[in-house]
Amino acid sequence: MRRGRDAVRGTSLSADESLVATSSQTVGPFFHFGLTTAANGRMIDRLRARGEPVTLAIRVTDGAGEPVPDAMIELLQAGAFGRLPTDENGVCEFATARPGRVAGPGPSGQAPHIFACVFARGLLRHLHTRIYFAGDPGIETDPVLARVPEGRRGTLIATPDPGRSGRWIFDLRLQGSGETVFFDG
Amino acid sequence: MNKGTQPPLLYPPYASTVRRAPLEPAIQLPESLSNLDQPVYGWWPIGETDNDLTRQQPDEPQGQRIIVTGRVVDEDGRPVREALVEVWQANAAGRYRHQKDSHPAPLDPNFTGAGRTITDPDGRYEFTTIKPGAYPWRNHDNAWRPAHIHFSIFGTSFRTRLVTQMYFPDDPLFPYDPIMHAIADARARARLISRFDLSLTRPDWALGFSWNIVVCGADATPFEGRV
Repeated sequence: MRRGRDAVRGTSLSADESLVATSSQTVGPFFHFGLTTAANGRMIDRLRARGEPVTLAIRVTDGAGEPVPDAMIELLQAGAFGRLPTDENGVCEFATARPGRVAGPGPSGQAPHIFACVFARGLLRHLHTRIYFAGDPGIETDPVLARVPEGRRGTLIATPDPGRSGRWIFDLRLQGSGETVFFDG
Repeated sequence: MNKGTQPPLLYPPYASTVRRAPLEPAIQLPESLSNLDQPVYGWWPIGETDNDLTRQQPDEPQGQRIIVTGRVVDEDGRPVREALVEVWQANAAGRYRHQKDSHPAPLDPNFTGAGRTITDPDGRYEFTTIKPGAYPWRNHDNAWRPAHIHFSIFGTSFRTRLVTQMYFPDDPLFPYDPIMHAIADARARARLISRFDLSLTRPDWALGFSWNIVVCGADATPFEGRV
């Protein structure tokens, strides 16, 4: 009994609880009402990032090429955070700014990119990836892209929507042909 | 790396993984190139009833009132303070307030099923809620999820990001649940089960359950003095 109390009120975990990271479980299909975050009951579709305003549409598909309508994407860009669920078409659309160059490591730094974290029903763990913007200087020398087999680098690059100026599309393919590159670390 | 304490991405008994699990191995990044330690600034205001799911509507929800509390620590045992902890769950009848939940169990107008809080300097969180019901799903014939509360933990960076589910002691559905059994290590599975705690139980009010959470890595929050 005392041990149970210590686990919550005391300064250390009880001895039967090892300091091993808690196992991940899927976000499931019904997270929308639970991860609203903003006080207005909505998720965060606008990143407070400085720079040229852009719309970034992320389109999530599965191994059969079908849209994933119950994924959740979290973005991080220079400390600015965004979080959106995908819609019926597997798409979510963020308002943000073109990211800037990242200093270091090394003299040429990293190409502008946005960090993305992917959750979904059917994903027992979340996934990490990066979104680069086609044509940005530095893509050729980016040290992270350099670790990606050449044939797969394109999966990390958003392209301009030919139908709408200022809108970029990032295809996030969870599995199969053109599978997006995911990172550990 | 995780010796079976974290689930694999592809686990066919959980049918949704079959088309959604990436099949290519993840590319390892050294810490110098990682985004995981990039700080995420600030959270949104937490409302007064955000951590009490029984007080978010005009009347009290149906069901067994419970208190769920515990600490969020990193793998070094240090408290993760000011972490955003978000929860969502089904109501006492096993129904989510979600337009796509078609389980023919009643909705409770007095239960939204979503809460959030910020951990205190000791890494502690606490929620008052009602015990969720089990519910059926379509994964396999006569499939039911054990009662659970979804948890999302967000510290100061993505290094400590965690989304998981907390279960309740002695649930007869455990042996049949592929989401839980995707975790190979039996002790890791057991650590997802909260513990009934009489010392947390409030007389004439609510049953108490304790559940501690260990997030990956070391928390980026500068913290003087180790536990």
